[in-house]
Amino acid sequence: MDLTTFLQQLINGASLGSMYALIAIGYTMVYGVLRLINFAHGDIMMVGAFFTFMATAAGLPFTLAVLLGILGSVIVGVLTDKIAYKPLREAPKISLLITAIGISFFLENLFNVIFGGVPKAFSAPDYLTKIFHLGDVYLPITVIIIPIVTVAILSGVLWVLYRTKYGMAIRALAFDIPTVKLMGIDADRIITLVFALGSALAAVGGIFYAVSYPSIDPLMGVIVGLKAFAAAVLGGIGSVTGAVIGGFILGFTEIFVVALFPELGGYKDAFAFFFLILVLLFRPTGIMGEDLERSRF
Amino acid sequence: MLELKDLTVHYGVIAAVRGIDMKIEPNTIVTLIGSNGAGKTSTLNAIVNSVKKKGTVIFDGKDISKEPTHQIVQDGLALVPEGRRVFINLSVDENLRMGAFNNDENFERLRAEMYRLFPRLDGKKQQLAGTLSGGEQQMLAIARALMSEPKMLMLDEPSLGLAPKIVGEVFEIITELKKSITILLIEQNAFAALKIADYGYVLENGSIALEGESENLLGNDEVRKKYLGG
Ligand SMILES: Nc1ncnc2c1ncn2[C@@H]1O[C@H](COP(=O)(O)OP(=O)(O)OP(=O)(O)O)[C@@H](O)[C@H]1O
Ligand SMILES: [Mg+2]
Repeated sequence: MDLTTFLQQLINGASLGSMYALIAIGYTMVYGVLRLINFAHGDIMMVGAFFTFMATAAGLPFTLAVLLGILGSVIVGVLTDKIAYKPLREAPKISLLITAIGISFFLENLFNVIFGGVPKAFSAPDYLTKIFHLGDVYLPITVIIIPIVTVAILSGVLWVLYRTKYGMAIRALAFDIPTVKLMGIDADRIITLVFALGSALAAVGGIFYAVSYPSIDPLMGVIVGLKAFAAAVLGGIGSVTGAVIGGFILGFTEIFVVALFPELGGYKDAFAFFFLILVLLFRPTGIMGEDLERSRF
Repeated sequence: MLELKDLTVHYGVIAAVRGIDMKIEPNTIVTLIGSNGAGKTSTLNAIVNSVKKKGTVIFDGKDISKEPTHQIVQDGLALVPEGRRVFINLSVDENLRMGAFNNDENFERLRAEMYRLFPRLDGKKQQLAGTLSGGEQQMLAIARALMSEPKMLMLDEPSLGLAPKIVGEVFEIITELKKSITILLIEQNAFAALKIADYGYVLENGSIALEGESENLLGNDEVRKKYLGG
């Protein structure tokens, strides 16, 4: 592999890893506070992409469409919790998990009924379809913007988690819900905040995905969601930093495996999970995870 | 300040608290003593609605029987739970911040006050609470509860597992607090508790077996035999 190809793949990997990282954070935070693998999270990403798609189709400016897409995901994500998960707070975790799978099927089929299963072309504005050439490196502007925006957003999330009282409450909640209530904190509001934050990040990931590929369909969240979930587990489920690291590792390996062994290209989705199994064999708690019972964020 | 009427707690078929009545006057220290499993912790958890209960709880003239836990705490009734339960993954400073979650304006002032009241915690502000000693964690748990500036504080066995010297410090602070707030204290160490309390209740198998002024309880033969070791 020459330097040009290497740089090219490095940038592509960062871009793909960004999407995984953004979506993985939602998995890890919800797991942290509720001990729930939110299987509907990948579909929340799809919802964000579709809301953005509808808004642009209605002729709204792209930035506004993005905001509406994020808002759509946040509303659906928070409602999922309020309607489906909240009544099950005291129920066995397995009931919660099965409910999450049900929600996932529901959202996928709902959007399938409304929009049909045929992939829709996602039209990004011109300034997002520019392509630069740096020597032989081929740079769609999105692969530059995506990692930058992602790093900015992730810094914001870490700032919220570690510098604000709401973030502290999220971290405290991950450890001890009854005691959080004894602080006069409405734990349900903090859980709502976790779903809102996770869904917003997933929406951004979904929009990045839509702009990069550029097509969307009701099942787009399935495989990306699974991989983001793999990234969260790889990084250590419950750890936000771990989710980010896991996301980028997965993005880079996926891209580089395909670049180095083009004949394995067809197996690129399987590779993420192969890699996950390999890491978990040696470190069952993932890279940053310390203790499966008490995630520490 | 706080009044319980016919308070009952069941865990499945087990009755942990069997219809107790209590009355706590403002600016007093009241202690609730009893042997292991008597229902002390269940009583406190029922007051703040952390466990399912029946009966009425009046706090500061308001019926809080049906209020959610966080609302009761916001009303000014704080609980230092059994086993400290500091947030071990948060720093000392962050634990205090959580205590003042709904008290932003006074956070800085109260934090300074807490480090003065608990000098052992000063100098450990950035340390994770999980790495504090048991005594330091207990002090942090009390300080954290005080950050909401409660009208009344309930403490569930604050001396559990602490060295006698530290127990002395904790009890001094509790006596100090009496000037400004009302206190309900649960203790295994009945002698020490009755020493600083104004009034006491003795809980046996979920029912109040005895109550009275602390001096009277300290002099009571039955109490001496059962709880004061002779
Ligand atoms: N969550 C629970 N589920 C079932 N039974 C419980 C539960 N909590 C307490 N109990 C039972 O209720 C009774 C009273 O317990 P409680 O914790 O209130 O006692 P306590 O007076 O605080 O005891 P200790 O001094 O040991 O702390 C005990 O028999 C206990 O086993
Ligand atoms: Mg107890």
